[in-house]
Amino acid sequence: MNETIQEIAKQEYKYGFVTNIDADALPPGLNEAIVRAISLKKGEPEWLLDWRLKAFRHWMTMKEPTWANVHYPPIDYQGIIYYSAPKQKKKLNSLDEVDPELRQTFEKLGISLEEQKRLTGVAVDAVFDSVSVATTFRAELAKLGIIFCSFSDAVRDHPDLVRKYLGSVVPYTDNFFATLNSAVFSDGSFCYIPKGVRCPMELSTYFRINSAGTGQFERTLIVADEGATVSYLEGCTAPMRDENQLHAAVVELVALPGASIKYSTVQNWYPGDKEGKGGIFNFVTKRGKASENAKISWTQVETGSAITWKYPSCILAGDNSVGEFYSVALTNNYQQADTGTKMIHIGKNTRSTIVSKGISAGRGQNTYRGEVKIMKSAEGARNYSQCDSLLLGDKCGAHTFPYIEVRNSTATMEHEASTSKIGEDQLFYCQQRGISAEDAVSMIVNGFCREVFRELPMEFAVEAQKLLGVSLEGSVG
Amino acid sequence: MKTASVPDVLQSLRQKAGERFSTLGWPTTRLEQWKYTNLAPVAKVQWRPAGGGGTVPAGITATMAGRAAAELIFVNGRLVESSGDAGVIVRNLASDPGGAVEEHLGRYADAEGQALVALNTSQFVDGALIEVPANKVVDGFIHLLFIGEGDGVWSHPRNLIVAGRNSEVTIAETYVGTGAYFTNALTEIAAADGAVVDHYRFGNESRDAFHVGALYVNQRRSSSVTSRIVTLGGALVRNEVVGVLAGEGASMVLDGLFVGKGTQHIDNQTTVDHASPHCDSQELYKGVLDEQSRGVFDGKVLVRPDAVKTVSRQENHNLILSESAIIDSKPALEIHNDDVKCNHGSTIGQIAEEPLFYLRSRGLGEDEARNLLVYAFAGEIVDRMKLQPVQEEIRRVLFEQMPARLPERREGRR
Repeated sequence: MNETIQEIAKQEYKYGFVTNIDADALPPGLNEAIVRAISLKKGEPEWLLDWRLKAFRHWMTMKEPTWANVHYPPIDYQGIIYYSAPKQKKKLNSLDEVDPELRQTFEKLGISLEEQKRLTGVAVDAVFDSVSVATTFRAELAKLGIIFCSFSDAVRDHPDLVRKYLGSVVPYTDNFFATLNSAVFSDGSFCYIPKGVRCPMELSTYFRINSAGTGQFERTLIVADEGATVSYLEGCTAPMRDENQLHAAVVELVALPGASIKYSTVQNWYPGDKEGKGGIFNFVTKRGKASENAKISWTQVETGSAITWKYPSCILAGDNSVGEFYSVALTNNYQQADTGTKMIHIGKNTRSTIVSKGISAGRGQNTYRGEVKIMKSAEGARNYSQCDSLLLGDKCGAHTFPYIEVRNSTATMEHEASTSKIGEDQLFYCQQRGISAEDAVSMIVNGFCREVFRELPMEFAVEAQKLLGVSLEGSVG
Repeated sequence: MKTASVPDVLQSLRQKAGERFSTLGWPTTRLEQWKYTNLAPVAKVQWRPAGGGGTVPAGITATMAGRAAAELIFVNGRLVESSGDAGVIVRNLASDPGGAVEEHLGRYADAEGQALVALNTSQFVDGALIEVPANKVVDGFIHLLFIGEGDGVWSHPRNLIVAGRNSEVTIAETYVGTGAYFTNALTEIAAADGAVVDHYRFGNESRDAFHVGALYVNQRRSSSVTSRIVTLGGALVRNEVVGVLAGEGASMVLDGLFVGKGTQHIDNQTTVDHASPHCDSQELYKGVLDEQSRGVFDGKVLVRPDAVKTVSRQENHNLILSESAIIDSKPALEIHNDDVKCNHGSTIGQIAEEPLFYLRSRGLGEDEARNLLVYAFAGEIVDRMKLQPVQEEIRRVLFEQMPARLPERREGRR
């Protein structure tokens, strides 16, 4: 069994390549002038610049947090290029006008825009480095009144909506990395679903980090108005780099009364090589706020990044609101992950479910850190948490740090966690029935993750299994 | 604190710890381990040590004289009475340290990192030394009774239990008292290869008292240590257990029960450090919280890289009985190796409607039915105890705490 795992673990990162596109970049470093320059380049209104500056000034007073169970060399914030956009010749109207080299990149990833468009009916807002270069299906969505565009377009075309909801869930003072993002965010996605509309297709964006030394500071804002329903997909891959790259994104979800938002992520950024050199630092703030009867569901498959540090959270503010968190986090070689969720129960009869699956291999360190807080006002709140860890190899680690804080006696909550390795008996059972050791391992790992995968939209579930395969397994049955 | 009779070996230990405490200061809620417990009400008091020459106050019912093989009674941290003979060394640790103290004292407790351990080490007056030679099986049990008395008095009992190879011993500590005093107790247990140590700690402190009780355990090959901590009294109580499974095949059982009422604050911290292969740890902590009480459970299981074939089970169940009671539960696992079976579970809930209805439909009043269910929940920990006198004592106090009209107390009437 060990040999199989060794072999699987040795697999190279398939998606490592650099696309040579001229990048229009600002000099590295961070100061007020850079913040102003980013804002100017994007032609932003006064209020947004003020907001960025407020965030920047606040950031200067903050200290980088150190409580997470991850280790990395200090980040030089003055050595990062805070803005880089692929140079465009003119405004694009259709996919044919997209830079061919850029499109090849997507094809190598197996996520070609045409295919997406033709076969799956998914509208893709592809984010290449920091600026959106192509948006499809926008017209079709517009018919229903759905706004789905890049963040900078939203600032230009729908300033009222952006101004109303930006920072309403993750304020610019929230934490070190969210504040940094608020000051320098370059682009991202914006989505608004009007009252009572059910979004007819899965919305998705693909993130790529391309230019060397470019931090990517995405900002995503999704607003589902009363009774609206939307499912949003986010997928990531990044090319091979020796230098560590910082990614500090912010995702805000606003679910108004009766709305439902499902946010799925597949993250497969470059995890660094076998010696733990290079790789992405993925320090993300994701949070959703649910009003009465609203529902927010986070699903994530985290297989990439040298360090993953994120806690998609739900603020269950309204009565009867529901929060869900489904996660698969895989760490291999020297990868580290400190991930989990926060469920803050404020409203009556709020319910939350947490299912977290951690897989550690090689020297990977995987930490689940979650908080379930049931406030005094949360009559009849209900929580169920389950955190399982699977260990492959004797040098890796799996850690569980749940925080459970209950302030209301009518609350019911359960937390359960287990840590184990693939049993020799399980392997033996499979092999006895003619299944090779490798197939058996992937079968068991897949079964282990099933509860999470079945929460993913169809198109994504396939990709998630593929990514898990790249990161760990030889073949996924 | 220092008296002329205290020999040099303790002198330097005390001095170092004293310096360490002044560096560390009182713990604050900024420390992760003290996140849920604010010691400010303890830190702001100008505590004074008790004067010498205390006697056992009248009306103390907790003494086990006659039932225990040997008993030491301490009042405000000073040994005042010793009775019985267990056939092994049971005496005051401070009066005549000797080899075992030199070898073991301060070796397991973390005076470097833990302010209150440093405080205890620098300030302790008396404490029990229990030394069980190899292959000795102690009949019956040894009882240590700590009585707190008066307001503004602190005491720092310091106990050392050294169990030799293949020896067996059962020890019970009881804490009672009257007044607003502060007890900062610390017990170290060194279990040699194959030793079996059963340790009971029953905290029934005065409702105005502060209590911090630490238990540091070091286990060698194939040794087995059981710790049972029951907390019913005290205004602010903090229980700490740190167990290091340092030898192969060692096993540890940690049981805990805390019942909070009024504005009591009861904090339980446990750490099990699996430092060797083939060790086993089982943990069950149960909490019942009524009125405005607050409970904390913070349990950590650490499995080191070489500790293969570790089996660990950690459970924490809490019952909330009132609107204003608060519980914080933090069961943490830290695992650095793949050949392990580790589970933990934590639940928080109320009395279920169905069993309540079942009992009521059979003619029990609402209070009776409720109490019966609460008692059944808490009783699991008491039922698991092997030491009958302590079990009876805990049951007695537990019943007293229940509101009246328990079926069992109505002398057979139904």
